[in-house]
Amino acid sequence: MPFLRKLLPKLSLASTLGLALLLASCASESGGLQSQKIDLIKGRGKLICGVEGKLPGFSFLGSDGAYSGLDVDICKAVAASLLGDPSKVEYRDLNSSERFAALASGEVDLLSRNTTETLTRDAAGGNGLSFAPTTFYDGQGVMVGAGSGVKSLKDLAGKPICVESGTTTELNLADRMRELKAPYTPLKFQTGDQTYAAYLQGRCLAVTSDRSQLAAKRTNFPDPAAHLLLGEVLSKEPLTPATTNADPVWSDAVRWSVYALMQAEELGITKANVAAKLALAKANPNQADLRRFLGVEGDFGKTLGLPADFVVKEIAAVGNYGEIFDRNVGPGSKLKLDRGLNRQWSQGGLIYSPPFR
Amino acid sequence: MAGRLSASPPWWQNRRLVPWLVQGAVGLGILVVIAFLLGNLVRNLSAAGLLLSWRWLGQPASFDIAESLLPFNASEPYWRGLLAGLVNTLRVVGLGLIGATLLGTLVGSASFSSNGLVKRLARIYVEVIRNIPLLLQLVFWYFVVFLALPNGEAAIQLPGIVLSKSGLFLAGFEAGFHWSGPSLVDGVWQGPLRFTPEFGALLTGLVVYTGAFIAEVVRGGIAAVPKGQWEAATSLGLGPLLSLRRIIIPQALRVIVPGLNTQYISLAKNSSLAVACGYSDLYSVAETSLNQTGRAIEVIVILLAAYLAIDLAISLVMNGLNRLVQIKER
Repeated sequence: MPFLRKLLPKLSLASTLGLALLLASCASESGGLQSQKIDLIKGRGKLICGVEGKLPGFSFLGSDGAYSGLDVDICKAVAASLLGDPSKVEYRDLNSSERFAALASGEVDLLSRNTTETLTRDAAGGNGLSFAPTTFYDGQGVMVGAGSGVKSLKDLAGKPICVESGTTTELNLADRMRELKAPYTPLKFQTGDQTYAAYLQGRCLAVTSDRSQLAAKRTNFPDPAAHLLLGEVLSKEPLTPATTNADPVWSDAVRWSVYALMQAEELGITKANVAAKLALAKANPNQADLRRFLGVEGDFGKTLGLPADFVVKEIAAVGNYGEIFDRNVGPGSKLKLDRGLNRQWSQGGLIYSPPFR
Repeated sequence: MAGRLSASPPWWQNRRLVPWLVQGAVGLGILVVIAFLLGNLVRNLSAAGLLLSWRWLGQPASFDIAESLLPFNASEPYWRGLLAGLVNTLRVVGLGLIGATLLGTLVGSASFSSNGLVKRLARIYVEVIRNIPLLLQLVFWYFVVFLALPNGEAAIQLPGIVLSKSGLFLAGFEAGFHWSGPSLVDGVWQGPLRFTPEFGALLTGLVVYTGAFIAEVVRGGIAAVPKGQWEAATSLGLGPLLSLRRIIIPQALRVIVPGLNTQYISLAKNSSLAVACGYSDLYSVAETSLNQTGRAIEVIVILLAAYLAIDLAISLVMNGLNRLVQIKER
């Protein structure tokens, strides 16, 4: 095989170069300072945030060229807490398959992209992510045409179902159909756009995704009323912002920036009254809890690598968790989702911030 | 005197040994560098807890594949799933090569037609198709052509053939070797032979796209044969078909075959765009496996090796063919 003999040196050269590049990137990632990432973001002057980009209510690039949504507000909140300015964010649209690679390679600092927290994704031996608090408790649902006659998952046996590849929904669907002993045809697409286009074109009888996402996408359908969500909830889908395991200081800063939004709601601090609360805290030395939370005393910010007043900056920028929810996916939005599991723990929900202490 | 003559020159002047030594030293050097880099890679990966592991290949995949020539279900291991994906890839690549070659040869020859309309059409086809990205064409074929087909009762029906949104159904032998045609059961078409719209869109896209390039290769090959060869053949009294077969094509093939090799290889690689139209090829299955296991490096290595093997196999066959059609010096 003479051509192989000619090819081999080229191959080995190419693989050597490839390996060298790989190693170079590994070397720059490891070791060094405790919070390389925070220094990098401060030096750059902006946070790079990975979002979905085409999901109304969560992250959506509007006709005015501005991103909006619950996931986007988390990016803004973190930018406000670290850099003091919610507008210092650069958004990157990522699809399901590329999101973890983008985070691991450092292309984005923070992944705020309706991502389900799972063991494999969290584990160091898996994707090696570090998850912040869950910002939206969701469940997987199935959407079908109103006239299709499909009443439950069982009716979909033997039928094609559209699903986005690289998602947990793809796997949950497989598990549930296996339990039901119902063969089915999963049609997998790389982007949400393709998935919903194939469904709307009638190639699939049903499309499956997180219930919030189905509701959100439906608002953009030509005839939203012609599509129904089945009552069955296939899985738990805690949608959670994430960073990598590589920089624990940065991960903690993100984690507590998100908790602060939840704690603020519990304490009744809103975008409108945060200035008044701050003035109250400054004037009143007895309000120890409030003074610590708003950074008037103590060093919460410093221990996280953040400015002392990070909570004030965040709330002034995007409001507390309840305000973010209502504005983007709740009563103040087109989606009109119920708070459901996303209520504060004191009202029977799962939103629960550990103490700021 | 005789002793002097027969004494061999010192080893560093040996014309056979020295090149071997130099090449050996360089080769050894490269191996050492690669070994060092690999060792470094393994060390860093294990430090990051990402040591290569292949055990997951034997675990149950727990996902389904929409269509597969190999019987596959969710309880079978990952390697079976990847194999099913590979078979799907080979299926579309194999049929694609045949289709693109036929189409390309036809269009390439048509550009020498004396019929002006045929000639123009061939040019328009080539210029339009090869200047539009393949990904766009695949999306077009799938969403605009195949998914726009009617479904159920309204499907396009010919004797033994049904073309609908859920695929192309052909008559054929069913279990028990009795001939049967496609039939409508509960508003869903069923038939002994079925091609899904995903497969159809990908195959059409690849054939049409690669066909345009092959047409150019064929046109170039025929144009490379000097006009004098035609004239010489005619003056020998050979008819047009005979002169094409005995004089022109053997000479044109020398130019065409190396160009074809390149196009065949691109077709095989382009088949990985299948994910744009929902076809479960190797890349699609690998992506799902990666998503489930988080084993990015292993999955990518498998993908690289598989596509490299497919392309090297194509090259091997085409190089053999090239040797066959080359000028034989006697």
